[in-house]
Amino acid sequence: MSSSPREYVIAKWIDPAFTELYSAARFVLRFFIEVFQPPFEFKEIIRQCYEIGYKSLPLITLTGFVTGIVFTNQSRPSLAEFGAASWLPSLIAIAIIRALAPLVTALITAGKVGSNIGAELGSMKVTEQIDAMEVSAINPFKFLVVSRVVATTLTLPVLMTYSAFVGLMGAYLNVHLNELTSFTSFFQSAFSQITFLDIYASLFKAVVYGFTIGIVGCYKGFNATQGTQGVGRAANTAVVISMFLIFIEEILIVQVTTWIRTS
Amino acid sequence: MTKHKQSQGIDRSQTVILLKDLYKSFGELDVLCGVDLEVYKGENVVVLGRSGSGKSVLIKIISGLLMPDSGTVNVLGNDVSKLNSKDLQALRLKIGFSFQGSALYDSMTVRENLEFPLVRNLRNLSAAEIDKAIREVLEAVNLEQTMNQMPSELSGGQRKRIGIARTLILKPEIMLYDEPTAGLDPLTCTDINDLINEVQQRYHTSSIIITHDLTCAKSTGDRVAMLLEGKFLREGTFEEVFNTEDERVKSFFDYNFIQ
Ligand SMILES: Nc1ncnc2c1ncn2[C@@H]1O[C@H](COP(=O)(O)OP(=O)(O)OP(=O)(O)O)[C@@H](O)[C@H]1O
Ligand SMILES: [Mg+2]
Repeated sequence: MSSSPREYVIAKWIDPAFTELYSAARFVLRFFIEVFQPPFEFKEIIRQCYEIGYKSLPLITLTGFVTGIVFTNQSRPSLAEFGAASWLPSLIAIAIIRALAPLVTALITAGKVGSNIGAELGSMKVTEQIDAMEVSAINPFKFLVVSRVVATTLTLPVLMTYSAFVGLMGAYLNVHLNELTSFTSFFQSAFSQITFLDIYASLFKAVVYGFTIGIVGCYKGFNATQGTQGVGRAANTAVVISMFLIFIEEILIVQVTTWIRTS
Repeated sequence: MTKHKQSQGIDRSQTVILLKDLYKSFGELDVLCGVDLEVYKGENVVVLGRSGSGKSVLIKIISGLLMPDSGTVNVLGNDVSKLNSKDLQALRLKIGFSFQGSALYDSMTVRENLEFPLVRNLRNLSAAEIDKAIREVLEAVNLEQTMNQMPSELSGGQRKRIGIARTLILKPEIMLYDEPTAGLDPLTCTDINDLINEVQQRYHTSSIIITHDLTCAKSTGDRVAMLLEGKFLREGTFEEVFNTEDERVKSFFDYNFIQ
């Protein structure tokens, strides 16, 4: 039997891609069905929120703070060139709240939490712990997947808000040391340009990113195969894919908010 | 040599597991090609077979973790492939599955491992009842002292026994043991074999014991079935199975005892 290059490409790449897409879509659908079905795993969700939030806190604090300081430092010369140095606080606030805080938080959590979920569920899968739950009449999807995805979805907006706050504090510190601006006047001018739409849009982004990180990590972990190697691969691809999706979602959400803002 | 098992308490009028003409393949690989098996109430059936012959696949099909390509799987009067998810869960409560690698939840202590299936399935138990159940199964496997340890702190044999305890806590009617003695020293193997027989007598279970260890087969099996090339080629008491000129069966026996 001979196969043309075209058939080869279809068999090697296109078919598997669609199979993967189909199984991912079923996974997401299953989440939306099971998340609304009692019994609810409140205890496990709270435990996961704590784990996810608490573990990311040091890293988010550091990156948020540094982003605030560095961004302020880098923006000052160009603004000064246009004689608009007094706009610094509001520019920083817009940048941090609209763009930097959601994105930085999402990427940090994708790296830290997404890989963690992928590795954890992946190792449970390859050591048959997930099968063990299944045969003792426990729904592993509900206990492991639903609780984690709900937890990341709820935690990310909180982390994002915290990161924005820390970032603004970093910016304030920088502005205060350079321009001697007071705390109140810094925050007054910072928030003068921020609308509710900005805040809602960012919270919405954080919810979407949180869901993405959780579901991708769980999907990769839950479907891990081939022993310890598979665990590493699950953790790794979880991070790569969720970051990729986060950027795509960022573009889409920014388009929509710009459209709402201008119309 | 191992003493022979005294079979008792077997009720041949009641079938608990009935497999008929089971087929299962993964892609190109045909693993099961027409498996038939019947397990009676109170009976320990040992399934022997080489590595990769599909023993684990067989009991995963019985517990509904894998679906057969064709054939029927009847467990306690239920056709497993036709059950809805709620009935399947109810059936699984009656099946204890001891995994090849123990599959203990490694983020939980021994106590939490044992508690987990119990509190999630019977949600209105009091703390005292839970405590009593945990102590009872730990005593059955003779590992009371490990209650607060993590699975990573246990030896291979201890992990196996905690894995068995975790399935016993739901008082199953059927036990499926996947390689209960693999990778253990001869003395620990004897302990596990005794435990399997004790479970049979104490909890009145019917069991399928998967192994390639003939000592285990001899001391725990009321009946032995040999899986070869996707089918049960020979079946009967230990002697009946190995009293043959079939090279494939003989070599299996020789390898185990002449070393
Ligand atoms: N989920 C699966 N997907 C693909 N192939 C599988 C799957 N499970 C088992 N197999 C294949 O089926 C065959 C039988 O596997 P199985 O685990 O039942 O062997 P086994 O008899 O239990 O061997 P061992 O004594 O080594 O545990 C193996 O070749 C294995 O690669
Ligand atoms: Mg096996």
